[in-house]
Amino acid sequence: MNGDVAASARAFPALLRTGFADAVAYRAEFLVWVLTTNMPLVMLALWNAVARDAPVGNWSGEGFVAYYLGALIVRLVTSAWVAWEMTFEIRQGVMPTRLLRPLNPLVHYAAENLAALPLRALVSLPVAAILLYTVGRAQLTQDPVLLAVFALSLAGAWLLTFLAMATIGSLAMLVQSAVSLVEVWFGLFSVLSGYLVPLDLLPKWLAAIAAWLPFQLLLSFPVRTLLGRISRADALGLLGLQAAYVAAFFLLLTVVWREGTRRYSAFGG
Amino acid sequence: MRLYARLLAMQLRLSLTLAMQYRVDFIGASLLSLGNYAVALVPFIVVFGNHRTIAGWSWQEALVVFGWFVMLRAVLEGAITPSLTAVVDHIRKGTLDFVILKPADAQFLVSTARFLPQRVTDFLGGVTIVVVAFHELHRWPEPRHVAAAVAMLFVALAVLYSLWILVISVAFIAVRVDNLSFLFSSIFDAARWPSSVFRGALGFVFTFVIPLAVMTTTPAQALLGTLSVEGTATSLAGAALFSVVARRIWLGAIRKYTSAGG
Repeated sequence: MNGDVAASARAFPALLRTGFADAVAYRAEFLVWVLTTNMPLVMLALWNAVARDAPVGNWSGEGFVAYYLGALIVRLVTSAWVAWEMTFEIRQGVMPTRLLRPLNPLVHYAAENLAALPLRALVSLPVAAILLYTVGRAQLTQDPVLLAVFALSLAGAWLLTFLAMATIGSLAMLVQSAVSLVEVWFGLFSVLSGYLVPLDLLPKWLAAIAAWLPFQLLLSFPVRTLLGRISRADALGLLGLQAAYVAAFFLLLTVVWREGTRRYSAFGG
Repeated sequence: MRLYARLLAMQLRLSLTLAMQYRVDFIGASLLSLGNYAVALVPFIVVFGNHRTIAGWSWQEALVVFGWFVMLRAVLEGAITPSLTAVVDHIRKGTLDFVILKPADAQFLVSTARFLPQRVTDFLGGVTIVVVAFHELHRWPEPRHVAAAVAMLFVALAVLYSLWILVISVAFIAVRVDNLSFLFSSIFDAARWPSSVFRGALGFVFTFVIPLAVMTTTPAQALLGTLSVEGTATSLAGAALFSVVARRIWLGAIRKYTSAGG
C-alpha cells in the first residue's frame, strides 16, 4: 500500500470530522442502513415462540432475548458496507479520483466507516442496551476480564469485517461479479456466525466447521463473551484467533489491492 | 389499454434480450440463489428439529409458507427490485424528468423499467417446495383451495407492488436512498415464517404496517384449506384499500417532485 503512514495519521482526525458531517447530511440513508439490521429481532420473536413452553438446549426465553439483543448491538457497531461502496465507485469510475489523492483510499473508507459510528450508536444502541440491561441483566457476565475481552473482541470484529469487505470490494477491480461475492459472504456469515441461530443449536458437524472459520469471530464470539457463556481461557484463545485472522486478511487485502490498482489503472492508460 | 399492453411486451422483450446476453451470469445467479435457499433452510431445520409445532404450525405447513415466500421473493427480485433500483438511480441523477415527460403514465413506465427473467427458476423452486410440503402432508389441496390460493396470490402481488410504490414515494423525499431495496428485502425476509409466530409489537407491524401476513401466510392457509371466508374477504378488501392509498400517495409525491431544480 502506498501513502505515508505519518501523513495518514495526521489526516485521520480531519477525515473523521468530514465523515461524520457526511453521515449527518445523509441521515435518511443512514436510518435505512440501521433498519436493515432487523434480522436479530425477527429471529428473537421466532425463538421466543419456540421457547414459550420449554427451553431449547441451553437457551431459555430470556437467554434468547439477551443473545439476539447482544447480536443486534454487535452487528450495529461492527457492520461495514464498504464493499458495496467500493464496487459502486469502481464501476461508476469514481475510484480514479480517489486514487489521485495523496492518501490511500482505504484509509479514507476506514475513516468514513468509523465516523458513522456515533450516529449508528445514537439511533438504536440505547434502546438495545436498555432492553438488554432490564430484560436480561442476569444473563450478562459480571466478570471484568470477560468484559474487557468483549470490548477488544468488538474492535477486532469491526477490523475483521472492514478488512474482509474491503478485500471483496478491491476484487471488483479484478473480477466482474464482486457483488455476488458479497452475497455469498453474507449468506455464509448469517449461518456460520450465529447471526440467525446460536452456534450451539446447529447440527454438530456444522458447528465444528463454524468453529474454525472467521465468521464466528465477527458475532458469536463477542456475544457469547458478553453473556458470559464462555470460559476465560477460551475467550482469550479466540481473541488470539481473531488477531491471527485480522493479520491474514490484512495481508490478503494488501495483495488484492496492489494487484487491483495495477490492473485498474491500466484501463485508463 | 392496447398501448400499455404493447409497452409491457416491449419492455419484457428488452429485458429478455439483456438477460440472454449474459448466459454465464444466469447460471451463476441460479447457483447463488440455490445456495441462498439452502442457507435459508438451516434456521428452519434447527427450529423445527427441536419442536414439531410452533404457534400451531407443523413443519409441513410452515414449509408451505416458506414455498410461498420463495415464489414471492422471485417476483420481488425479478420484477420489482430491478425497477426500484432504476428509479432511485433516475432520481439521484436527475434523469427522472425524461421518464415523466414521456406520453404515458409515469407509474407504469417506472414500474416496468426492468425485469430479470432469470428469476423464473426461483419461482419454480418455490412451487417445488410447496409440492414437497404437500407430499409430506400425504394429501393434496382441493381445487377450490387452489383457486382461493391463486386469488390470494394476486392479493399478495397487489400488496407487494403497492408497498414498492410507497418506497419510491419515500425516495422522492429522501434523495440518497440507494439502499432502499436492501431494506425492502430485509423486512420481507420475515415473511418466510408463519405470521402467528410474531406477537406483540412485531405482530402488529407485520399485520397492519407492512402486511407480510397477507403475502405468504394467508395464501398458504388458503392452499391448506384453513383460511376462513372472513379472512379471505378482509384480505381482498385490505389489498384493494392498500392499492388505492398507494396510488394516491404516488400521485401526491410525483406532483411534489421538483427534480434537481428544487
